[in-house]
Amino acid sequence: MARWYDACDCTSLAGLKGKPMAELWQTPLYDMHLELGAKMVPFAGYDMPVQYPLGVMKEHLHCRAAAGLFDVSHMGQVILRGAGAAAGLEGLIPQDVIGLEEGRQRYGFFTNEAGGIEDDLMFANRGDHLFLVVNAGCKEADVARLRGALTPDVTVEYIEDRALLALQGPAAEAVLAALAPEVADMRFMDVRTVSLNGVECWISRSGYTGEDGYEISVPEAAAVDLAGVLLADERVAPIGLGARDSLRLEAGLCLYGHDIDAATSPVEAALTWGIQKLRRAGGARAGGFVGADVILGQMAAGAAQKRVGLLPDGRAPMREGTEIFASAEGGAAIGHVTSGAFGPTLQAPMAMGYVPTELSAIGTQLFGEVRGKRLPVTVAKLPFTPANFKR
Amino acid sequence: MKFTEEHEWLREEDGLIVVGITEHASEQLGDVVFIDLPEEGTEVTKDEEICVIESVKAASDILAPLDGEIVEVNSMLIDEPSKVNDDPLGDAWFFKMKPSDLGPMEDYMDEAAYKKFVG
Repeated sequence: MARWYDACDCTSLAGLKGKPMAELWQTPLYDMHLELGAKMVPFAGYDMPVQYPLGVMKEHLHCRAAAGLFDVSHMGQVILRGAGAAAGLEGLIPQDVIGLEEGRQRYGFFTNEAGGIEDDLMFANRGDHLFLVVNAGCKEADVARLRGALTPDVTVEYIEDRALLALQGPAAEAVLAALAPEVADMRFMDVRTVSLNGVECWISRSGYTGEDGYEISVPEAAAVDLAGVLLADERVAPIGLGARDSLRLEAGLCLYGHDIDAATSPVEAALTWGIQKLRRAGGARAGGFVGADVILGQMAAGAAQKRVGLLPDGRAPMREGTEIFASAEGGAAIGHVTSGAFGPTLQAPMAMGYVPTELSAIGTQLFGEVRGKRLPVTVAKLPFTPANFKR
Repeated sequence: MKFTEEHEWLREEDGLIVVGITEHASEQLGDVVFIDLPEEGTEVTKDEEICVIESVKAASDILAPLDGEIVEVNSMLIDEPSKVNDDPLGDAWFFKMKPSDLGPMEDYMDEAAYKKFVG
């Protein structure tokens, strides 16, 4: 995915002047974003709200303090139907799909022959089908991958007539329960079909902010009304992609195309917690996914580099692409930053990046080169802010 | 007060030129979280990148609007970068310079022209 502020890739303040843009997709909530005063930017082919008048910092803090509503309709929603769907999906991802209970969701990632990550996704067992949510920038490739790999008895349906909203934050439960009390009974990663505002919605208790909350798949025609009802609650503020990025980074979550990509393996990316024992060496359904030899080999022998949290000692943010060095002077770069920003809750700059495994221990002192100066940065535990899920 | 196309403002004060960024720029940048100021005593040339301003969303360079010497920087901004959002035209000036060539001042916009420029 394109990083959101690539859109205003300013080398000087003069770069703030708008440029004509190529044609972009719009989500069903596009007009509502404009009415709310959003600043729109291109993101993964969509014209998306990067911030509302509240601004990134206050939107971020509002989501952690009360509740935020995100339009994530650009993401891909896919349904797999057929007896072989779960087994077929296990051929593409290193997760336990067959054993996932009905009404539950799990995090996963499509892998390639080299052991790299083609996309990350959420998948849910909805009884008679699997429901997948994939990244906007990868959705076409993901659908093609699924159609190419799954047997003809499995149908791959790309959902084009539903929007996707995320309601996140400590007040999310109370806000949504006012419309449908049963959502309060859901645990983290539960999925259910619930009627909201008179419309059938597919809800999961999950999100990508580190906060408790829900993702809501709603029919396109009912999306604006539902968003309006949620925003009418004074605890809810609309949140743009800017704060979505700082929220997920504080929560230690990867952004595809930045922190993980086709050239990074789940072992390097420190995502092996997402590979259930059953799919690992010695497990009942060990291997059998794309790139299993490489990934299981790295799990046994270790990988040369590892994704870590990085906290700059000073106030200067270390942005994506910042080179990391082992010492204050001399030597070649040993790693690089893949996401870097200021953490509004942390009240300090924060980053994630890749460093050699032998330099990945928490507390290791490294240096990031910012505008020609090597500034101290410390390897730190992720997440930067504690997760607030309802387990 | 004069304005540049780089969204900087310049104000004469006791023979020095005080430089900051405009309200429009501070709004566009969003919440400012870090400012890297030049060192006092530095000789700068017009259009040289001498300052970096980082907001929650992006890093932007501030260019020297004139040739001259940086005689004072606003060190308050190091601890309180958000002042740039609160008071860009007042307290949150960036630096004062002793210009060696005031020629470009004539080319810079007055307030009316700048307002038209940012539309």
